[in-house]
Amino acid sequence: MDNLVIFVIAVVAVAILVIGGGVTLAVAIYQANRLILAAASLTQSEDMSSDGGHKSGFGQTMRKDRWWFEPLWTGLGFLFFVIYVNWAAFQGEHYWHGSYLSPLYSPVLFVDIARVGAAPVGHSLFGVWPDWINAIWPPFFPTSPAWLILAGPLAFRLTCYYYRKFYYRTYFMSPPGCAVGPFSTQPIQYKGETALFIFQNLHRFTWYVACGYIAILSWDAFVSLWESGAVFSGRLGIGVGSIVLLVNPILLATYTFGCHSCRHLVGGNMNRFSGSFVSRIRFNLWKRVSWLNQRHMLFAWISMIWVGFSDIYVRLCSMGIIYDFNTW
Amino acid sequence: MSEHIFRIWRGDSSGGDFVDYKTDVDDGMVVLDVLHRIQAKQAGDMAVRWNCKAGKCGSCGMEINGIPKLACMTRMNNYSQRDVITVQPLMTFPVIKDLVCDVSWNYEQNLKISPFKPSPPDSDGRHRMMQEDVDRIQEFRKCIECYLCQDVCHVIRNQGRKDRFVGPRFLIRAASLVLHPLDVEDRIPAVRDELGSGFCNITRCCTDVCPENIGITDNAIIPLKEHVTDRYYDPVAWILRKVTGRIRSGVE
Ligand code: SF4
Ligand code: SF4
Ligand code: FES
Ligand code: FES
Repeated sequence: MDNLVIFVIAVVAVAILVIGGGVTLAVAIYQANRLILAAASLTQSEDMSSDGGHKSGFGQTMRKDRWWFEPLWTGLGFLFFVIYVNWAAFQGEHYWHGSYLSPLYSPVLFVDIARVGAAPVGHSLFGVWPDWINAIWPPFFPTSPAWLILAGPLAFRLTCYYYRKFYYRTYFMSPPGCAVGPFSTQPIQYKGETALFIFQNLHRFTWYVACGYIAILSWDAFVSLWESGAVFSGRLGIGVGSIVLLVNPILLATYTFGCHSCRHLVGGNMNRFSGSFVSRIRFNLWKRVSWLNQRHMLFAWISMIWVGFSDIYVRLCSMGIIYDFNTW
Repeated sequence: MSEHIFRIWRGDSSGGDFVDYKTDVDDGMVVLDVLHRIQAKQAGDMAVRWNCKAGKCGSCGMEINGIPKLACMTRMNNYSQRDVITVQPLMTFPVIKDLVCDVSWNYEQNLKISPFKPSPPDSDGRHRMMQEDVDRIQEFRKCIECYLCQDVCHVIRNQGRKDRFVGPRFLIRAASLVLHPLDVEDRIPAVRDELGSGFCNITRCCTDVCPENIGITDNAIIPLKEHVTDRYYDPVAWILRKVTGRIRSGVE
């Protein structure tokens, strides 16, 4: 592989990581700031408003139902997933078994062949873990190729309209539930997505990237059908792991193609569906995407859980803890 | 028949408090029926706004056990006899008396949306559009202007942004024009600036409370946000527009 190409790809990957990290940091600082200011104004906002007997302080409501249940389980569920993904990415080993590649490590840009359960060199895009990465790699970090690629799916999910609803409600508590007092009100002036969170407008670009991941994970599913991952030369077969890896891109597609940005781009941005032949085709696409879009939350969760499950399955096989039933 | 306790906020703009009423409830009653019974037998001076008792006029919006609802569409068999049922006026608008609010702020927001501006007619003098072109915006026509969505939206309810945000009901009205096959007015700058689409953080409470089940967030606000992105935040779309000299998004 040409060094220049490697360099360009590495720069792009690092840029994505840095931007992702920077945005996360900015959000964290912004939120911390809000929290401190909000704590200072809490006593003031806890007062009952005189009109109508309403409560307006943080978390206060006249609701008697279990409104906190959904933010609680989604908050814990997502936290659990994030912790698992970080742990799994930290391992840097046991992400390959036979012909199965864990989706958390796909695509493998570079592979450190010294680690157990690493992918064979032939399945990494740019060969072995290069020295120049080692030079900049933090010493306490295991050499795990997962870190090089997780920013893509992460950026996609974090800017998704559904995830936004979920984390604005659950983590930012803005508001925690409908007709429930949000974490901070005045004097901190709420700006919604017009100021710091204006970057959410870039969601469609993360969608383009996510489509690429679906292609890559479909390829992985195809590879999983060949004994030891020897595509076209090995024996064709199927194992429980292949089924797991085949289901994975399908579920991801139900999520990705139900995206609001996708819905807009395939047809939603037209004002007239009848018109020409092309607009008829786009109208039909739009209707199909709309069907998925109505179930976007469901597919978001199912596909996310399945990605985690696929990693667990490959990992346990690779560690020899479970046995993969297959035809080879 | 069963007996329930209603805890109703009584008062006006100068203040007020909750008053408990114990009352009989017959099978099949809705909250509005019970309020009328209390009005007839115990509190002749209690103000309640209503009109159709069929969920179509949008007058009887109030907060029942803390949730914005139409009193005429809220069946009593949702509640157990053990629960005290609290009834309050909407929080987001000033109280006139008891359960009646002054919702005129909403009509002021409506004025920020410029009127429908149709394209020139076809050569035979007619305007044409197909059913599938307008299915999307007919959903928004179901709106009964009950303003429950406006009441629940935290941007105006809690964050005090009545200055910058017109609220979900008027974003669906804007969407019904932006997505209209015949409308030629360029509304995207207004959607972003005067109407404040960016202030919505798509937490979907408006959709949750809408008695007409309009997909406010998914079908109106998010498409508007995507149009705003086309216009202002998508460099690729911007270059494409320059190269092709084609339409600006959201304008036919
Ligand atoms: S989705 Fe937007 S408009 Fe609707 S209630 Fe939430 S912030 Fe308000
Ligand atoms: S959109 Fe729904 S909740 Fe809002 S005013 Fe119309 S009918 Fe009422
Ligand atoms: S992926 Fe959820 S809206 Fe785009
Ligand atoms: S009285 Fe008309 S909507 Fe309830």
